[in-house]
Amino acid sequence: MSSKADILKKIKQNQPAFSADLPDLNLLSSENPDVLATYKTVLKNIGGDPVEVTSYAEILDYIKKNYALEKRIITTIPELSEIASLDWTSDDPHLLADVELNIIKAHFGVAENSALWVTDDVLGQRVSPFIAQYLAIIVHKKDILASMHQAYERIGNQQYGFGTFIAGPSKTADIEQSLVLGAHGARGLIVFMLD
Amino acid sequence: MVKKQKKEMSSEKVIPHSEAATRFNKDTERVNWHDETLWFVREKRDKSAHQIPDWELLRETASQIKNNVLSNIHDYLIEFEANAQKNGIIVHWAADAKEHNQIVHSIMAKHEVKQMVKSKSMLTEECHLNDYLAEKGIEVIDSDLGEYIVQLRKEPPSHIVLPAIHLKKEDVSETFHEHLGTEKGNIDPQYLTESARLSLRNTFLTRKVALTGVNFAIAETGEIVVCTNEGNADMGAHLADVHIACMGFEKLIPERKHLGVFLRLLARSATGQPITTFSSHFKKPRAGKEIHIVIVDNGRSTQLGREDFRNSLKCIRCGACMNTCPVYRRSGGHSYHNAVAGPIGSILAPNLDMSKNADLPFASTLCGSCTNVCPVKIDIHDQLYKWRQVLVKEGHTPTAKTIAMNTMAKVLANPTIFNIAGKSGRFVMKNMPGLVNNKMNKWYDQREMPEVPEESFREWYKKNSREAKAKDNE
Ligand code: SF4
Repeated sequence: MSSKADILKKIKQNQPAFSADLPDLNLLSSENPDVLATYKTVLKNIGGDPVEVTSYAEILDYIKKNYALEKRIITTIPELSEIASLDWTSDDPHLLADVELNIIKAHFGVAENSALWVTDDVLGQRVSPFIAQYLAIIVHKKDILASMHQAYERIGNQQYGFGTFIAGPSKTADIEQSLVLGAHGARGLIVFMLD
Repeated sequence: MVKKQKKEMSSEKVIPHSEAATRFNKDTERVNWHDETLWFVREKRDKSAHQIPDWELLRETASQIKNNVLSNIHDYLIEFEANAQKNGIIVHWAADAKEHNQIVHSIMAKHEVKQMVKSKSMLTEECHLNDYLAEKGIEVIDSDLGEYIVQLRKEPPSHIVLPAIHLKKEDVSETFHEHLGTEKGNIDPQYLTESARLSLRNTFLTRKVALTGVNFAIAETGEIVVCTNEGNADMGAHLADVHIACMGFEKLIPERKHLGVFLRLLARSATGQPITTFSSHFKKPRAGKEIHIVIVDNGRSTQLGREDFRNSLKCIRCGACMNTCPVYRRSGGHSYHNAVAGPIGSILAPNLDMSKNADLPFASTLCGSCTNVCPVKIDIHDQLYKWRQVLVKEGHTPTAKTIAMNTMAKVLANPTIFNIAGKSGRFVMKNMPGLVNNKMNKWYDQREMPEVPEESFREWYKKNSREAKAKDNE
C-alpha cells in the first residue's frame, strides 16, 4: 500500500466520529468607526510610515524629495514612470537584486493590523516587495477595511497564483529581543494613503 | 492503542529534563534574564489580546474550526490534494520522518542540486532533515535569523517561534565573529543583523531549491500560507526554481475565510504583533517553476486516535504556552530534548517515543497558564496530567512522583520562586483554586503556596505592565 492510502486509512480509523459543525464567523464583530485613524496608528506602531496624499503628483513629489533618484527605482504603476522603470516584470527575478525602491499598489488594506493585500496582478514579480531595499505601497483610503474577516470577504474566491498580506517593513527580534527593521526584506515601508 | 507504542522505544540516550534544567539553573543571572525575557513576550501577548474586544469568542471560534478539522481530516486532505494538483502543485505523502527526508532528497537529486535554503519549519527539525541531507552531501542553510544563529553554533532551536531566545547578544557576536568575520566584541543587534542580511542575501540569490514550512493549508482552494516577519520564506521561494513546502497533515483548515480567524490569533498570541509582517498565500507555481508539498504523518494519525491527546493536533505553533510556562522559562527549551519544547512539546513528544520522553509531562507545575493563553483552547495542562497516568501505567516512569517533585524543586527552588508564583501562580490561585489544591499537583503537595496577596489580578497586571514598560524604555 502506498503511504498516501496507508495514512488516509489510519486517519479514517482514528478521527473522531463526531463531527463538530463549523462556527458562524458573522458573530465576530468587525466594526470600527475610524478605520483610517486605526490604520495609521497600527502602521506606525509596527515601523511603517503612513503618508496621506491626494494625487499621484504628490506621491512623485514625496519620492523625489526623500529617495535617491539615481538609484534603481521600479514600479508597476504607469503614473510613476517619470521616476521609476516599468519594464522589469518579465526579467529574471535575480536581476532585481539592486533595486533600491519598489512602488506598488495594494488591492486593499486592513485597519486592525495595517496589512495590505497584494497579488501577482499588482506585484510585477513575486519577489519584488521582498528584494527591494525600500518599499512603498499605495492604497486608496476607501479601500481600508476594518478587520481580517472583511478582508477575506473581499478576497472571496479571487483567483491568484500568489498573494500576500504585508504589514510593515521586514523585521526581526531574534537577537535578544531587540527589534531590528530590515531583516531580509524591505528596510522601510511607506504607505501612501490616496484619496 | 497505547500498546503499539512499545515497539517505538528508543535506545537513544537523552538527558532527562530535570537534570538539564538543573544545569541550566547554574547560571542564576542568565536564568533570571531568560525568565524575564519570555515574560515580556507573554505580556506583549496580553496587551495585544486585550485590544480585541471579542478575543475569547475568537479563540472559541478557532477551537471549533479545529475540532471540525479533526473529525474530517480524511476528506479535507483528499480535497486539499485534488485542489493543489489542479493548481499545478506536486503533492507527496510521507508516513514518517524517514520517508519525508527521502522525498525531499529525491526532489533535490532529480534537479541535481546540492544546496538548499530553508526557512523555519519545525517539522523538518522533528524529522532531522538537515542531518539527513548533510549525510547525502547536501548543504542546508537556515535563513530565519534565529535559526541561522543556532545552526552556526550547531545547536537546535530552543523555542519554536524564537529559536535563539536562550542566547545573549554577546554569544551571537562571538558566533558571527567566528563564522562571518564580524568585528570582535561588537554586540550591536543592528550591526549583527545587517551582517547576517548581507550573507544570507547572497544565499537567496544563488539557491535553486528553497524549503519552507506551512502555517495553514486550505482544503477549499489547495493553497498554503506561510507567515514570517523577516521575509525569508519569500526571498527563498520566489528566487528558487523549486519550492518544497513541508507540513504535518494537521495544518489543514477547511476554507480560505477561516484564515481571518487564525491570522488574527497567531501573531498576537506569539509575540503580541497584530499580524506577522508577511502572510504569503502560495497557490500556483511561477511559470516554468515547481512547488512541491510534502504531507507528513509521523505519528500524527496515532495521536489522532488517542482520545485524551488528539486535541494537541489543533496546535498552530504560536509558542504562547512556552512563554507563559514557569518551568519552560526557568529550564530553557533545550532541556526538553524534543523539536517542540515547552508544554505542548511535552504532549506531542511522548506520542513519538514514550520511553525517551517519559520525563516531559512531569516538567510542569500543572498551573494551567498554558491552557489559559492557548489560542485554539487546547486543554494543555489536563493532557499533561493524563500523560503522567498513561506513562505510569505503561511502566515508563517507576519513579514518577520523584521526577515530578525533583524537577520542580530544582527548577523552582530559587529565590525567584515567589516571583514566579506572582507571575502565573497568583492568577491560578485566584481563579482556579481547585487546580492548585487538588492531588494531581505533586509539587504543590510538598510546599505551601505563597499567600495570595490582596492586590487583584487586574491591579497587579496594570502595575506589572507599567514596570515592564519602564524597563523597556531603559
Ligand atoms: S499549544 Fe496552543 S499555546 Fe501552545 S504553541 Fe500550540 S497553539 Fe500556541
